[in-house]
This record gives sequence, structure tokens and C-alpha cells, in this order.
Amino acid sequence: MERSFLLKNPSVLVFLAVLAMFTIAVTVMSEAFGAGLVSTSFVKTLGKTLCLALIALAMDLVWGFAGILSLGHFAFFGLGGYMIGMWLMYERTRLIVEESMAQAAIPPTDSEVVDAIGSQIFGVVGSADFPPIWMFADSLTAQLVLVVAVPGLLAFVFGWLAFRSRVTGVYLSILTQAMTLALSLYLFQNDSGLRGNNGLSGLQNLPGVTASQDFVSIWFFWASALALGLGYLFAAWLVSGKFGSVLRGIRDNEARVRFLGYSVEGYKLVIFTVSAMIAGVAGALYYPQAGIINPAEIAPIASIYLAVWVAIGGRGRLYGAVIGAVFVSLVSTYFTGGQAPNINLGVYVISWVDWWTVLLGLSFVLVTLFAPQGIGGLVDLFARRQHPERHGADLGPDKGALRESEAEQ
Amino acid sequence: MSTLLEVSGISVTFDGFRAINNLSFDIGPAELRAIIGPNGAGKTTFMDIVTGKTKPDAGKVLWGEMSRNLVGLNEARIAQEGIGRKFQKPTVFEDQTVQENLLMALKKNRGAFAVIFWRPTGEDLDRVTELAGEIGLANELKRKSGELSHGQKQWLEIGMLLAQEPRLLLVDEPAAGMTPSEREHTTAILVEAAKTRAVVVVEHDMEFIRRLDCRVTVLHEGSVLAEGSLGHVTADQEVIDVYLGR
Ligand SMILES: Nc1ncnc2c1ncn2[C@@H]1O[C@H](COP(=O)(O)OP(=O)(O)OP(=O)(O)O)[C@@H](O)[C@H]1O
Ligand SMILES: [Mg+2]
Repeated sequence: MERSFLLKNPSVLVFLAVLAMFTIAVTVMSEAFGAGLVSTSFVKTLGKTLCLALIALAMDLVWGFAGILSLGHFAFFGLGGYMIGMWLMYERTRLIVEESMAQAAIPPTDSEVVDAIGSQIFGVVGSADFPPIWMFADSLTAQLVLVVAVPGLLAFVFGWLAFRSRVTGVYLSILTQAMTLALSLYLFQNDSGLRGNNGLSGLQNLPGVTASQDFVSIWFFWASALALGLGYLFAAWLVSGKFGSVLRGIRDNEARVRFLGYSVEGYKLVIFTVSAMIAGVAGALYYPQAGIINPAEIAPIASIYLAVWVAIGGRGRLYGAVIGAVFVSLVSTYFTGGQAPNINLGVYVISWVDWWTVLLGLSFVLVTLFAPQGIGGLVDLFARRQHPERHGADLGPDKGALRESEAEQ
Repeated sequence: MSTLLEVSGISVTFDGFRAINNLSFDIGPAELRAIIGPNGAGKTTFMDIVTGKTKPDAGKVLWGEMSRNLVGLNEARIAQEGIGRKFQKPTVFEDQTVQENLLMALKKNRGAFAVIFWRPTGEDLDRVTELAGEIGLANELKRKSGELSHGQKQWLEIGMLLAQEPRLLLVDEPAAGMTPSEREHTTAILVEAAKTRAVVVVEHDMEFIRRLDCRVTVLHEGSVLAEGSLGHVTADQEVIDVYLGR
């Protein structure tokens, strides 16, 4: 069965092959493996980019397939990051504290150790006690479970409330924005228990690992590539059968799906929750590479960018989402990193750091108007796939419906 | 005769306008029934109420041997009870192939988790091919349904309805946009379907109704004006005044 799935979906094999080749190429060119053609910081950038591709995949599942324009997915991404960050920070601080206390004449008791860790971590927010949400921070296994469980639970509760009341279209998008904004504002508070605006830091240092960042970066790069590969395989499998058909049906005309006897709310809830869990995994791999997570990461704008990536890459096809995220985020790094030369117009100097957002916004509008299939649509040109005579009308009455010119042949 | 569906005393008001007014209607388990009536008589609204899309202000919709009240159940639950519906405007999933449309409609477990793991067996594919043959789309299985002609979409929707294997089929203006020979074929399919299940057909085309050769209910201003054989209702003076005479 698995074989026939891959045969029926050759794009999955192509994707996995490209990803594998890319991973190998970066590995042999990295500092860790001698060649040194790719700097460690760039390996981290690439690894983070793969994580962004993974959340774009999650976004495409809900938006491109089920027509739910979530503008709050970075809440799930951030929560995944916080969950793994708690363990990383706790464990590393514990090792440091234990080492320094070992010098003392009287060996410290367990509670003394915990108190010392607490004052180390929470000193910045003027506290020394562990808030209850840090209950499992000493267990890697527990925090790994929470990486998927917390975003999943938030998505489930949010989705249950929103979908059950049949909130759709732009109202749902606004609600998701409100969700991520509320979470971000909450986390900004010092007494939220996650160090307020300081966030969690030092996440690039793996507790008990003495290897240099050259190696750590490449391990995380591998892990990100593996997660993206597995995520892609899973997503492709999920949408390849009748489940995918029902999701696309919901996107284009959810009333019709109801009259076929499918509970639209249930399907939306399942895909929204699954997608949030994938986003959580992506975040958990991203932030150890970034080194720091703070509430600004889950500001509403981040989730809007995600929708822009997916739109530019081509929604409704998985590789489109990946291409969009990789392309736009790398180009964005280039422009906002100050590497792009400024353009001197004599009277005015175009500084890309400022103008990049404008350029991105403009590309988004142009893509939406003139190339709704996004960059992924180029694949069709390349494969000489003929689109039937179509005129750009909506394929269904619903807000999320694809347009004729947007649908894959 | 036992009844499959018994609608009793339903009324619905939209912004002060009474679209359905104390309407009662029943149909047996293997019966073909035509509903006619002028535009705005409430024919589509009647179907909306039975299928759960619109909640009536008053009245009951009793279903099956247990006479269960369907009012208040959601659309998906009612569809799972075995009520299938074809819309006035053909609504198929245009971005998907004819085969995908039919597979989605096939009578199977509708639960999300069951569907995730479901893959069509050879038997299911054969059934889909057979259905496609019945609706004249055997050669179009792999085509996107958005590319089909208007009439073909109407048929695909009828095919999806048959694939659902409902106990009651509600069909709103099936012949709209069809050529005369397509209409004849549609009649045959509906008459055949009504041998094993209840079928309610709304249609304006009297020729089409004549060929169905069944009991006719005339709706006017949200209630039943007359009911009986086509000969009986067409001879009714009131029916002539409000509908036929125009
Ligand atoms: N959701 C709604 N809101 C307000 N008015 C409605 C709504 N649905 C139907 N109506 C009104 O109720 C009346 C009955 O409409 P309905 O669509 O049931 O008529 P019909 O018999 O199907 O007509 P036709 O033959 O034109 O299809 C019409 O006057 C219509 O304008
Ligand atoms: Mg109507």
C-alpha cells in the first residue's frame, strides 16, 4: 500500500530526493565536516529555514486544503519552542548550579539545588520560585510530549469553540489573530511564568554536550531536514485519499459536504489540531537553532508572513508551501540582513532593510492577482501540464475556495 | 401504507415573510412524488427544512420506523440518517475528478478517523465505474468535474446521490439545462431509484412530470394547494389559477 502511495504521488519522491541531496551537500560543505564552505551561522539559518518550511506545510494543510485561513499559526510554533526551551534552560542551569555547589563543604540538598536553579532562571523577572507550568521541566520526555500536546490542546479548544459556532472566512482569521496576540501579550507579562519579555535564552547550548556549535548546528540541521521529510510524507499521505477529498470539498463548498453526511466541524477540528502539532514540532526545532525565544516571536505579524509565504509558493500543493517558505525567508534574510546593496537614486537612497517589506507586500499582491498558483505553478509549465480552458471563477462558493486558475491540473 | 417521512404542520418565517405556512406532507418508503408550484412557493425551503439547513419555527419532521423528529439535528446527521439531496444549481466539487466526487459520496463510515485510513478497494472502484456508466460519465472518471458541461454536472450530482444510497432522495429541478434526451434518461434513473426508496422531485417542466407518472403535490405560498394524480391536480381550478394559467 505504501509503495502504491509513492507511485501515485511521484512529487513526494522528487521532494524527498531533493531534500536528501540538499542535506548531504550542506553537510559536506559545513565547518563540522572540514570543507568550511558554509559557515556555522549559515548552517543554522538553513536549518531554521527548514523548520519554517515545515510550519508552511502545516499552514498549507489548513489553508490550502481545508480553506481555513489561520493567521495564528505562530502561536503554536512559539509554544513548541517554549516547551523545548524550558527543558534546555532548566537542564543547563542545573548542570551549572550543581557544578558550582559541588565545591561547597556540605553537599547541597535536592531542594537547595532546585531553589538555586529557580533563582538563576527567574532572577531577571525578580522571582526565584518555579511557576507550576515548569512542573515537568526536568524531564526531557515530558517536555517533548508537551511540544505537540500544548499546541494541539490550544488548537483543539480554540477550534472546538470557533468551528462549532460555524465561524468562517475573515471572521475566523481575525479570531486566530486575536488568539496569537492574546498569547503574546500574556507571555510578555513577567508573572506569566516564562520570563516575560526576556523569554528563554541560551537554547543553542545543549546540556551535557561538549561538542562545538559547528557540530550542534549540523545535528539540528539534520533533525530539521528529517522532520521536514517525515512531515511532508505524512501530510502527503493524509491528503492523498478520501480525507484530502473531503478537506478540499470543505474548502470549496462546505455546505455541500455537510449534505453528504460529513461533519464539517469535526474534520476542521482534526486538521487544525494536527496542523498545530506539526507547527509545534517545527518550533521546537527552530528555537534551539535561533538560541532565544521571546513573546515577540508570536506577534500577529509573524503568522501573516506565513500566509504570504504559502500564497507566494502556491497554496493547495505541498511543495508550493515549502518553496514559498524557503524562497521568501531566505530572500528576506538577504535583504534585511543588510547584505543587499542600497540603491542610490540621487535624491533618495533605497535602503533594503526598510523597503523589503514593501517589496514583499507588493509581490504578494501581484502573485494573488496575476499568478494565483504561485511559484509552484512553474512546475506545471515545466512539466508542460496543460490547464483546461478556465477563466478564474471561484471553484466553490466559500471564501477559501480555490479559483479555477489556481487549481492544480 | 407506512410512511418514511412525515412532515406535520411546519412553518417558517424569514424577516416577517412566511415562506412555509403550516405545511404537512408525507411519503412512503418506496414512492415517487413530484412537487410543483410557482416560483417562491417554498419548494426549496421545504427541502431546506427536511435536510436541516433551515430550522422551522413550528412543526415536526418525523422520520423512519421510529418516527424520530429530525428538527434540531444538523445537516450531516440528517444526511447520515439516509436523506440525500440534489440542489437546484448543480453543486459538485469542481476541483476534483468525477471519480473523487463519487468516492466521497459512496456510503461508508463518515467519521474523520475512519476516512483518514480508508482507501478504496477494487470493489469500491467497480461500484464507482458502474455508477458512472449509469449517469453516462464512464469515460470522464479521471476528468475534473469543473470541466463537465452543465448537464453532465447535474448527472454527476445525481450519481453522487445514488452512491450515498439514501432512503429518501430530494431532487430539486434535475432537468434544468438538460437536452430532451438527457431529460428522458434522468426520468428513467429517478423512476428506477423510486422502486427501492422514496424520491421527491421538484420540477417546473410539466412534460417531465408527466413522464414520472406519479402522485403530484402542488405547493402555493408555503402550503399544499392540491395533491393527487397529475390529471387530478391539473383539472383543479385553483391550481390552474395560481400556476398553470399564468
Ligand atoms: N434564507 C432566506 N431568507 C429570506 N427569504 C428566503 C430565504 N430562503 C427563501 N426565501 C424566500 O422564501 C420564498 C420561498 O423560496 P423557495 O426558494 O423555497 O421557492 P421555490 O418554490 O423553490 O421557488 P423556485 O421555483 O423559484 O425555485 C421566496 O419568496 C424566497 O424569496
Ligand atoms: Mg427552488
